[in-house]
Amino acid sequence: MKDRYDVIVVGAGPGGSMTARTAALEGLDVLLIEKRQQIGDPVRCAEGVNKEYLKEYIKPDPAWISAEVKGSKIYSPDGTLVEMSEELSGAEVGYVLERKVFDRALAREAALAGAEVMIKTRATGLLIEDGFVKGIQAEHMGNQYTIKADIVIGADGVESKVGRWAGIDTTLKPRDMCTCAQYVITDFTIDPDFCEFFLGNKIAPVGYVWVFPKGSNLANVGIGITGHMSGKGKALELLDEFIHKRFPDCRKIELIVGGVPVCGSIDRTVANGLMLVGDAARQSDPVTGGGIFNAMWAGDIAGKVAANAIRRSDVSAESLQEYEKAWRAELGRDLNMSLVVKERFTRMTDDELNTLAHSLEGVDLRSTTLIGLVWALFKANKKLLWDLRSIFSGIKDIESEVKREVYL
Amino acid sequence: MAVIVDRFKCGYCGACVSVCPTGALELMETWIEVDDSCNNCRICVKICPVGALEVSK
Ligand SMILES: Cc1cc2nc3c(=O)[nH]c(=O)nc-3n(C[C@H](O)[C@H](O)[C@H](O)COP(=O)(O)OP(=O)(O)OC[C@H]3O[C@@H](n4cnc5c(N)ncnc54)[C@H](O)[C@@H]3O)c2cc1C
Repeated sequence: MKDRYDVIVVGAGPGGSMTARTAALEGLDVLLIEKRQQIGDPVRCAEGVNKEYLKEYIKPDPAWISAEVKGSKIYSPDGTLVEMSEELSGAEVGYVLERKVFDRALAREAALAGAEVMIKTRATGLLIEDGFVKGIQAEHMGNQYTIKADIVIGADGVESKVGRWAGIDTTLKPRDMCTCAQYVITDFTIDPDFCEFFLGNKIAPVGYVWVFPKGSNLANVGIGITGHMSGKGKALELLDEFIHKRFPDCRKIELIVGGVPVCGSIDRTVANGLMLVGDAARQSDPVTGGGIFNAMWAGDIAGKVAANAIRRSDVSAESLQEYEKAWRAELGRDLNMSLVVKERFTRMTDDELNTLAHSLEGVDLRSTTLIGLVWALFKANKKLLWDLRSIFSGIKDIESEVKREVYL
Repeated sequence: MAVIVDRFKCGYCGACVSVCPTGALELMETWIEVDDSCNNCRICVKICPVGALEVSK
């Protein structure tokens, strides 16, 4: 370890490792620190990710792919099945990863690109001078260090403190976080080809249960409920109930717990000499809770922006707006759309969810497009689509049709 | 009075840290530490997925 770097990245999850890799490939002197002794473990994830998205950033390796799925099956509270193709299923469906191996592979990529990596090293504070973040305070094996950098990137996950230290309030309200519990189970009745989702206010109040196959009769079976519906230990209790009914003979071989931000885009993710990436920037999807790809995507941008800012010798918040603007233009827009959907779904009764699923019966969603899906919903649920109209603005066909139908 | 953590139940996931309004909680590596800024708001108790947190008497 040196006492100065161009960039320090705090946290070696998918967001931090991608940031470090890109910044190092841009020629910067990068330090990636991770407080855990083992990158990627314990897992805090259901490990679902869209194949095509992922391939843009890393070559698929069987070492970290547990399973490949064909699509998703969604069950409404009365058990009505809605089946969707992989393409329609979004950023969370395609591969089911082995995150312990995946996160390590990404850290290795960062290291191969030239970044220095320090494990068992925890950022404990920021070095701030004249209103600029100038480095970090860190603790490693009981010793304290001060390490300087032109830019610090907080990729420190859901429990992020880096933003708070720089004056960015990233505290989540209970309703803005999804509290989760999951088991890896082994059972002979797991469908190996589909990611399954179970909806219903009894099963998972304002949330869902997922079953993501991991090959060889293994699956991640988990639950996420919105924080304001939670109570002491409720997530795990509800999960135990579900598993007792659905997989009575399974064996549980791993317990996973965690929280996902579902707040939508926050006001600010940069400060003088600082950027936030991934869960630390609350960039996970408010509806699905998916955040692996978002963190990688944003990390890649942050790495490039860090290089640009350092090249122009200006690491002020103003200069780092380049990052803020770039991620908001695409991901920020998606998060805001998802938030509209989430707010609407939060208010849905089981009856409404059932009606929605019934309206899709007979529609072949394996071959349909997103527009096709919207049409199908549209026919039966004008009110719902009206509530959600803001998310279709910009999609011309749908927008005009929603207006025409609803005003008739 | 402050929040206490049952280390035998805690899955050290950090969910509680993210909702703590005073920043009193910190996920070290495999345990949660609570500092004096805890104001007993109980938000963490409510959201903990395994019920590892409690407010001491
Ligand atoms: C139960 C559950 C299921 C999920 N399922 C999915 C899914 O199926 N698909 C999907 O896409 N997403 C899913 N997510 C979300 C996904 O796991 C996260 O969005 C993703 O891990 C975010 O990546 P990240 O790099 O931002 O943060 P993380 O992966 O959390 O990495 C942050 C890293 O920073 C380290 N760190 C924290 N503080 C410090 C510090 N002070 N100093 C040094 N290091 C520090 C942490 O130890 C950690 O390794 C799920 C989340 C949960 C909890």
